[in-house]
Amino acid sequence: MSAGASGPISKRFIRVWQRNLTVYQRLWKVTFLPPLLEPLFYLVAFGVGLSVLVGDLQYQGFTVSYVAFIAPALIAVNIMYNAFFENTYASFVRMYYQKTFDAMMATPLSLEEIMTAEIIWGATRAVMATVIMQTVISYFGLIQYPGGLLVIPLAFLGGIAFGAIALFFTGTVDAIEMFSLPIFLFITPMFLFGGTFFPLENLPLWAQKVAFIFPLTHLVHLTRAFCFNAMDYSLLWSVAYLVAFCVVFSPLAIYKMRRRLIK
Amino acid sequence: MGLEGLELSKERRKALAVQYVVEAEGLSKSFGKLVAVDGISFRVRPGECFGILGPNGAGKTSTIRMVYGFSPMTAGSLRVFGFDITREWRAIKARIGVCQQDNNLDPDLTVQQNLEVFARYFDIAKKAARERAEELLTFISLDHRNDAKVTELSGGMMRRLVLARALINNPDLLILDEPTTGLDPQSRHQVWERLDALKSKGLSSLLTTHYMDEASRLCDRLVIIDHGRILVQGKPVDLINEYVGQNVIEVAEPSRELAAFVHAEGVRHEDLGHRLIIYGEESDKLFQAITGEYCDEGCVLRMATLEDVFLKLTGRGLRE
Repeated sequence: MSAGASGPISKRFIRVWQRNLTVYQRLWKVTFLPPLLEPLFYLVAFGVGLSVLVGDLQYQGFTVSYVAFIAPALIAVNIMYNAFFENTYASFVRMYYQKTFDAMMATPLSLEEIMTAEIIWGATRAVMATVIMQTVISYFGLIQYPGGLLVIPLAFLGGIAFGAIALFFTGTVDAIEMFSLPIFLFITPMFLFGGTFFPLENLPLWAQKVAFIFPLTHLVHLTRAFCFNAMDYSLLWSVAYLVAFCVVFSPLAIYKMRRRLIK
Repeated sequence: MGLEGLELSKERRKALAVQYVVEAEGLSKSFGKLVAVDGISFRVRPGECFGILGPNGAGKTSTIRMVYGFSPMTAGSLRVFGFDITREWRAIKARIGVCQQDNNLDPDLTVQQNLEVFARYFDIAKKAARERAEELLTFISLDHRNDAKVTELSGGMMRRLVLARALINNPDLLILDEPTTGLDPQSRHQVWERLDALKSKGLSSLLTTHYMDEASRLCDRLVIIDHGRILVQGKPVDLINEYVGQNVIEVAEPSRELAAFVHAEGVRHEDLGHRLIIYGEESDKLFQAITGEYCDEGCVLRMATLEDVFLKLTGRGLRE
């Protein structure tokens, strides 16, 4: 038995997702610019600046340019950032400052539906940003198709993984400033050491093992393989890891939010 | 002010054929060791405006949060429209409208979008939601501001918008948590007028307030609670008559002789040191006696109010 706006998750959670979409439609002119411009900045900085120093490198037996090597990783990082920031800062503002969830809980919505919608919305933001970014990068011929198309559903899966852990942090922190901690200890190390800017094999063996704990390492592994059309069975492990991450952190996030919001 | 949707249809009347809209029995709420609500029982009849009064921290908000399914109760039983809140909360919440204490309007949306997006939470179809939103904006006199940002509105306008939002699902019960706290007199009257109009359409409501004039004006019946328990229950007029009588004599800086006189007469009074308050029915003669004998000024005879009852029952100590 449950009480206080809790219960099974019905399809009504879409209403909360729609609310976020309505807000996004009001602000889209601002919010669609970063995923459009950011990859251009990176590609110019690394492609023009750094790749002269780095030259080509080996990936799965292919010789690839440095820009082609990092382009898929930039997409993976973008997926992580979009979902993570949506379900930390933006969700926290809705929860704490705007009391949006309090208002919703006076309607037939359950807390579980609201939180599910938040995570799915974070993943939706990740997919939208990915589509824009992928279009830009494809223009430079850095993504092979049809494999590259798999990046879009992958963005949704990765978005749920990072959104779930982000919402878990949102249910945990006391103040919005405290998000700097998971960013410093979780997001930044992944950004640097998750196989993004150099091959994992360049790290000592113990560090490689540690890197496989990071969800971003698996997301980068998958985006890179999809963008190079280089499928193999190891990809299934990475997909399984991301699915497991979602399965663990989504209920944890809902649990934390329930403890925080239902008094 | 057209609110055709609120006319109760035959179907809705039938749905409201329950004897009580809200039935709370031994309702309790604890936060760890703190007991916020301690076994409260009350019943709200259809069409009635029922008030929950009390000083800060008395348990008003905790009580109504349980009624609208926001907080799980610690003990007791609670039925709304005859449904059990623990099991049929979704059916209940579909039929109530809630004005929470905070102005938790959606600042990311316009005035009209606030209503339309809220309508979606109730699964109201788009066209119906738009019509209803327009109707409600007219009702709260904000139809000219439908495209405004919520943050551009005054406190009174925001409060009216919160009220309109609570009506979007055409509720059978309106729950108001301190509906006019922080508003200027003009805005308070604007809100009261709307609540009067809704009441005349037969809408039941449950409200908390610590404004006694508001409670006297709006509530048919009320409870005064303190420390999570009900102190008294009844109609405002009955409570005034029972606990303080019709009139009150207030004397500023009473002399010692007057205090002695009042004691000797055996009339109901409260001695606050710098102020003496005397309760009574036929106070005219007493008042003449007092003004003639004991004071020339600083002596007032006035009608007793709910505030006298409230202060008498809950004491005059600060609640912070």
